Amino acid sequence: MEMPTPNPDVLRRKAVVLQRLLQVLPEEAVIHEPSETRAYECDALTAYRCPPMLAVLPSTTQEVSDVLRICNEEGVPVVPRGSGTSLAGGALPTADCVILGVARMNEVLEVDYDNRFIRVQSGRTNLSVTGAVEEDDFFYAPDPSSQLACAIAGNIAMNSGGAHCLKYGVTTNNLLGVKMVLMDGSVVEIGGAHLDSGGLDLLGVVCGSEGQLGVVTEATLRILRKPEGARPVLMGFDDNEVAGQCVSNIIKSGILPVAIEFMDTLCIQACENFAHAGYPDCTALLIVEVEGSEAEMDSQLSKIIEIAKRHNPVELRESQSAEESAKIWLGRKSAFGAMGQLNDYMCLDGTIPVSSLPEVLRRIGEMSEEYGLPVGNVFHAGDGNMHPLILFDANKPGDLEKCEAFGADILKLCVDVGGCLTGEHGVGIEKRDLMSHQYAPADLEAQMAVKDVFDPKWLLNPAKVFPLQASESRRIARIAAE
Amino acid sequence: MKPKTEAELAEMVSGLDEPVRITGGGTRGVAGPDMAIQTSGLTGITLYEPGALTLVAKAGTTVGEIEAALDAEGQQLAFEPMDHRGLLGTSGTPTIGGVVSANISGPRRVQAGACRDFLLGVRYVDGMGQVVKNGGRVMKNVTGYDLVKLMAGSWGTLGVLTEVSLKVLPKPEVSATLSVQVPDVTTAIAALSAALKSPFEVSGAAYDPDMGCALLRLEGFAGSVTYRSDQLKSLLSGFGEVAELDQPDTLWVDLRDSAGFHEQSGDVWRITVKPSDAPDIVARIRAERTLFDWGGGLIWALVPVGTDLRAQLGAFDGHANIVRAGSETLAELGRFQPEALGIAALTNGIRQRFDPRGLFNPGLMG
Repeated sequence: MEMPTPNPDVLRRKAVVLQRLLQVLPEEAVIHEPSETRAYECDALTAYRCPPMLAVLPSTTQEVSDVLRICNEEGVPVVPRGSGTSLAGGALPTADCVILGVARMNEVLEVDYDNRFIRVQSGRTNLSVTGAVEEDDFFYAPDPSSQLACAIAGNIAMNSGGAHCLKYGVTTNNLLGVKMVLMDGSVVEIGGAHLDSGGLDLLGVVCGSEGQLGVVTEATLRILRKPEGARPVLMGFDDNEVAGQCVSNIIKSGILPVAIEFMDTLCIQACENFAHAGYPDCTALLIVEVEGSEAEMDSQLSKIIEIAKRHNPVELRESQSAEESAKIWLGRKSAFGAMGQLNDYMCLDGTIPVSSLPEVLRRIGEMSEEYGLPVGNVFHAGDGNMHPLILFDANKPGDLEKCEAFGADILKLCVDVGGCLTGEHGVGIEKRDLMSHQYAPADLEAQMAVKDVFDPKWLLNPAKVFPLQASESRRIARIAAE
Repeated sequence: MKPKTEAELAEMVSGLDEPVRITGGGTRGVAGPDMAIQTSGLTGITLYEPGALTLVAKAGTTVGEIEAALDAEGQQLAFEPMDHRGLLGTSGTPTIGGVVSANISGPRRVQAGACRDFLLGVRYVDGMGQVVKNGGRVMKNVTGYDLVKLMAGSWGTLGVLTEVSLKVLPKPEVSATLSVQVPDVTTAIAALSAALKSPFEVSGAAYDPDMGCALLRLEGFAGSVTYRSDQLKSLLSGFGEVAELDQPDTLWVDLRDSAGFHEQSGDVWRITVKPSDAPDIVARIRAERTLFDWGGGLIWALVPVGTDLRAQLGAFDGHANIVRAGSETLAELGRFQPEALGIAALTNGIRQRFDPRGLFNPGLMG
């Protein structure tokens, strides 16, 4: 993975930059010893590492503002970091950058049940947002798999999703407002506890901008009352196409389950061996979950089961208790861990139109043969968000490169059938160079024009999202101007 | 000018040497330059997959055509877009491009989300005459910046929409509406909040002071609606007498279209606030009639012609936009709530980049 050459002028001025940062931050909030900056050398895309020049851990919006103003004046790139759980390299440093971590800003600022929102500092973890309101039977809906660790700041940057977004939407649908610091140090408030923008929807474009437009320090999030109950049903089929048809027919029937999860043979077996969830031996497994009162769940599930029966399932198991529900989900939730037991893996995140599911799975199977690397598929089937897991051996020379080439082919296939490169993980560095497969130059230019407005010097997380070649003139212009 | 294809539109925009008004069906009352680009020649549903809950249509496709296609499959546009014709006295036929450009959402917005939340992808022609696409036709997509949201509610000022992709939802099997007799706006908002923070999935929460009723809508499968309706009745009994209405469907269409203000003289404003602020907000203004939607988060106000409602409101968290007023009032006050300085710098910067020659609906948004 190519990254831009570190700017030698910036590296040379490290001492000056450090000195200025120490004037606005407590000493312990500035990390500059190489042995300590190493802790920030990567995120969850661990194949790529590079220690930053410096790392800072501000505690207030004012401190964030001071850091950004100084870096802007000094021409130093800044890479914002939430909890560092990005699977796309969104928080990967460059050698000439300052990592700005928001982890110390994790307070709950306001909880308002009457108006159904919570206001938090952005370093707070996803799960602890729900944790702050669950005693009162409320929750924050987006639930990425990393929710125990991932920060709201990163969720906003990547517009994170989760298993339950078929019903509740992703981060952008649950974000009401932000306080954000721009690269020049100015602080803006966008949105708030009210609904909708009075003018252009800046909140919409900030969400999912991968830390390239500003650093969000506070977020106002929509919270929802917990449903009375939730119950899954598990179905096994001996054909992917039939399973896909079943998903489509459930959706067409007018029922909107909160989650429809799909697993293929390799994943089913791996999860069963790992978690002993009692999964059947079959080609395709669906977990469909509904919510509501007991009677409502009974009625929805009976409709769903009736549809499933028309597709000759080899297994059909409605959860009869909380323990059984937990067991059905246990297998799915341990999918990544289970696959990790088999070998190293690379997790992809393309989205496809649900109707293309059988074709895409067939093609992935064929490519798997061609590349000689096995693939397991877990899939948010309701919304078409795939997670193919390609197994490879990191210690075998050439295997990573082969795996990356295979991954790129799968993502191109997702685009070619009418889908996209990434459904919830973000582009980062991982899919940066594939952007040209999905977007024409004018499409990328329009997106980069937005960054020009928020960050004219292209200092915030500059080497991400866009193909390096596409953003080069903007990044070079900045360096030349100094 | 009424282009028939996206390519024709792009060519037209490239050749423009003066500003134009961008319109769809012309029902939303956008004034501006005499010369107009109408998108009503770009028509047709290009893709509809009921099993994937997605529909793609050219921008000039009428809302009626889309709703008919969805209806045939038991689906709908869940954000319930308003029809402005009754309120504004306009003729013409609403288009999906117009709905998206103005981010029009009705009563169900409080539960299901706004138009922008259902918009999956756009194609548009920018101010340089270039065709740009963003998003796509799948529900989960974080590939690059989300210009889809930016285009929703940009009122044609950033580009001329040529095609939109939308997430659609199943139409509910049945719907029920409860009314709660309430003495005042404070009690009304409290009752609406109590319902909205219950687990009973309220899909409409309005208050009509003339009726003296808080109104709550429940939708879904019959058994579920009956159950939730019973639960809500007991939950809300402390706020006033609760009754179930017999013919609720026209009521929600009337609320959506603010029918109470039709053929009444005066200007109409739309104020968006935190719901619990609503009683204080209406106390600040001198309105002839008000109507509350979104649990109190949206206030419709009918005021005497030429009223500067923002002057009466003073500083508040939210925004007050004009929906209906004479051209002098619109010119003097501006349709949209003025933005804070830092925000205005960003939005002006974006407008400048997307439409550097200032061709599209100049002055409409600032």
